[in-house]
Amino acid sequence: MGGGLYFTEKKDFDKNLDLTKIKPYGDTMNDGKIQVSFTLPVNDGEKAIYAALELANKMGIEYPSVAYHTPLDKGFTYFVMYGSLRHSIDFTRIKIESVEVELMTLEEIDSYIKTNFDRKVIVLGATTGTDAHTVGIDAIMNRKGFAGHYGLERFEMIEAYNLGSQVSNEAFVKKAIELKADVLLVSQTVTQKDIHVKNLTNLVDLLEAEEIRDKVILICGGPRISNELAKELGYDAGFGPNTFSEHVATFFVKELYDRKSK
Amino acid sequence: MKPRSKLNLDYNLVEKAREIAKKIANDTQKFIDKHSTVSIERTICRLLGIDGIDEFGVPLPNVVVDHIHKSDLLNNGIALYLGNAILHTNNSPQNIAEKVSQGQLNLTEFPLKEISEIKEVLFSITQKNLDIIERNKQQREDMINEYGEKTEPLIYLIVATGNIFEDMVQAQAAARQGADVIAVIRSTGQSLLDYVPYGSTTEGFGGTYATQENFRLMRSALDEVSEEEGRYIRLTNYCSGLCMPEIAAMGAFERVDMMLNDALYGILFRDINMQRTMIDQYFSRMINAYAGVIINTGEDNYLTTDDAYEAAHTVFASQFINEQFAKLAGLKQEQMGLGHAFEMDPDLENGFVFELAQAQMAREIFPSAPLKYMPPTKYMTGNIFKGHVQDALFNMITILTNQRIHLLGMLTEAIHTPFMSDRALSIENARYIFKNMKNLGDELEFKKDGMIQKRAGEVLNNAVNLLMNIEKEGLFKTIEKGIFAQIKRPIDGGKGLDGVFLKSKDYINPFLELMSRELQLGGNI
Repeated sequence: MGGGLYFTEKKDFDKNLDLTKIKPYGDTMNDGKIQVSFTLPVNDGEKAIYAALELANKMGIEYPSVAYHTPLDKGFTYFVMYGSLRHSIDFTRIKIESVEVELMTLEEIDSYIKTNFDRKVIVLGATTGTDAHTVGIDAIMNRKGFAGHYGLERFEMIEAYNLGSQVSNEAFVKKAIELKADVLLVSQTVTQKDIHVKNLTNLVDLLEAEEIRDKVILICGGPRISNELAKELGYDAGFGPNTFSEHVATFFVKELYDRKSK
Repeated sequence: MKPRSKLNLDYNLVEKAREIAKKIANDTQKFIDKHSTVSIERTICRLLGIDGIDEFGVPLPNVVVDHIHKSDLLNNGIALYLGNAILHTNNSPQNIAEKVSQGQLNLTEFPLKEISEIKEVLFSITQKNLDIIERNKQQREDMINEYGEKTEPLIYLIVATGNIFEDMVQAQAAARQGADVIAVIRSTGQSLLDYVPYGSTTEGFGGTYATQENFRLMRSALDEVSEEEGRYIRLTNYCSGLCMPEIAAMGAFERVDMMLNDALYGILFRDINMQRTMIDQYFSRMINAYAGVIINTGEDNYLTTDDAYEAAHTVFASQFINEQFAKLAGLKQEQMGLGHAFEMDPDLENGFVFELAQAQMAREIFPSAPLKYMPPTKYMTGNIFKGHVQDALFNMITILTNQRIHLLGMLTEAIHTPFMSDRALSIENARYIFKNMKNLGDELEFKKDGMIQKRAGEVLNNAVNLLMNIEKEGLFKTIEKGIFAQIKRPIDGGKGLDGVFLKSKDYINPFLELMSRELQLGGNI
C-alpha cells in the first residue's frame, strides 16, 4: 500500500537488464514504475481511495500510491496513481511484422518509378464510410503534405486522386476500376464502436466481389491503425501515426515492383 | 467604437477590406435572391408547424415538399400550395401534411385562390409561429439577465456519445465543472442527409443526431443545471450540411443558443454544392438572426488543411466575407462568432508570437463580435503531457486577446472523444490561466514596428489582396480555384444541386418576408 510522497520502498531487486523479463522503468532498472489515471463512479472519500488502491493491486501494481484524487461530479472521482508493476515480459519472444522498408525520398521514388515502370503509378485515396475527417488522407496525398513532407500529388511519377471524405466503399471501388488504380489508400480517423474495422473489412469484401483485390495494392492508415491490424483485415499494409507520404510510397513502389517481377 | 489599436493597424485598409467583402457578398446575394431550395421549402413547412414522420420514417416536411416537387411546381414555393389548401380545407398545415402522406390529398388539384387571400392566411400562421420564436428569445434574455452574464471567455465543451441520454449526463457534469457552452457534436455523416431525423436518438457515430427532440431534451437538462449553478448554460448545435435552414428552425423552436453556421464550410469541407449552400445559408442565418442565436463560423477549419502561418490571411478574408453575408441576413455583429484557431506548428520559431498577433487582429477588426477560438488539433500527437501544454498556450492567447467563445482543447485530442476526466483537467487548466493572467492583456502593449505589429500588417495586406482577387473573379470562381483551404469545388459539383431551383414570380416565402421586415433588412445595420 502507498506510503506517501517520499516513501522509498526497499530496492532489493536485481538491477540488471534482462530482456527475458523486462519491466517499466522509472529511475532504476526493474523498478517497474508506472503511472495510471482513471475515474471511479463513486463519491470521493476514504472508501473511494481504498477502492482505487485495491484496483491497482488487481492490475498488478505493487506499492500503489494515490498521488492525487478529486471529485469530478456527484458520484465521480478522478485518481492519479503511481506504483511498481509486478508483471514482466519476455522481450526476446516477441515477433512483430512491421512494414520495414528502407525509406526513399521523393526524388528517389520518382526515379525508381521511371526506372522500373514505363508509366506513372496511379493512386486513389479517400476517407471511406461516414468518417468526415480528411486530415489523414490529406497529409499523405495533398501537394502540400504534412510537417514538411510533401504529399503524393507533388510526386512527378504518381498520378494521385484524393476523393476526400465520406466516400462510400461502393463509389470508391467504382472509381478504382474506372481509373485502373494501382494503389488504393483508405484513411480512417474517427472510430466509435469499432466502426472503422467493419468499414475496412467491407471494402475488402467488395474488392473481392469485383475480382480486383489481387490487382491493387490496398493500404489503410489512421491514428488507430497498425500494420498488424491492417494485415489481419486483409490489407497489404497499414500505416499509423507519424508516417508520411514517403513511407507509404516507398512501400507501394517496391511492392508493385515485387509483384511485377514475380 | 474604434479601440486604440495595439497593433497599429491601418484602419483605412480594414475599411477597404469591408467594402470589398460587401461587394463580393452583394454580388452573390443577387444570385441567392432568385433561388430557393428543397431544404428552404421544408423549413417553411416546419415553421408552419409541420412535424412528425410517415409510416416509413420519412419526415412529413420531406413528404409534402417532394409531393409538389414531383409535379414540377416547387418553383412557386411550398407555401403557395399549403396556403391554398388551408383555404380550401380549413385544416391546419399539420393535418394537411398528414393527409398528403396518407395519399388522401393532392395539393396541386385545388384551384388556385387569389394570391392576396393565400398570403393573408399564411401570414397569420407565420406571425403566430414567429411569436413562439420571439418568446424563446425573450426567455433566454430574461434568464441571462437573472443569472448575470459572464464577462470572461465562455468555456465551450463538446459532448459526443451518440446517445442523447448519455450526452445529458456528460453535459450536466461538464456544466457543473465550469462549462458555459455545451455543443452536442453531430453524428458523422448527418451533414449529407437531405432530411432531419426524428425523435430522440441513442445511436450515432462520433456524435449524436441533431433532432428537434434531442434539442428539447438537452435544453431541459441544461436549464436544470443553469438553475442549480445560477449561470445560463448555452446550447450549441450545427446549422450546416444539406439541412441548414431546417436545423435553424428546429433550434429556434427549442431555444438553442449558438449554431455553427458558416457561409462556405459545407462547400469546402463536406463537398456540398456551392449554389445550394449559398442559398441555404442565407435563410438559415436569417432564422438565427431572428431567434437571437449567435452563429459560429468555420474559418478554424482552413487551418486544419492549410498552414496557420501561411494561410492566416485566408482566415481574415473569409471572416470579412462571412461578416457581410451575416449582415445581409440580419445578424448583428454581437451575433457573429467568427472563427479562428490556434493551429501554429509547435516547431515554428515564435509561433506563439505570430499567433498572438493574429488573435489580437481578429479582436481589433471585429470588436463587438464574440469571436470563436478553436484549440490545437492538427499538431496534437497523443503525447497528452505536451498536449496539455499546447492547450495552456492556447488558453493564454485567449485571455491575452479577450476571445469570447473558447472551445477547450483536450489533452487526449487525436486519441478518443473526451472522457469526463479529460474535460475536468482542461477546465482546470483554462480556469487557472484565465484567473492568473486575467488583466495581463490590459497591461501589454506591442513594440512599435516590432515582430507582432509587422506580422499583423502583413496579414491584413495579404487579406486585402486576396479579397481584391475574389472580387475580380467572383466568389464561385474563387472556390472553384481552391483559394480557401486549398480545396477546389466545381460550381455544379458536390451534393444537393438537384435541390436548387429558380423562384417563379408567384413564389411566396412568408417567413422570409416577415423576418426581413422585422430585422429591417435593406439598410445598414
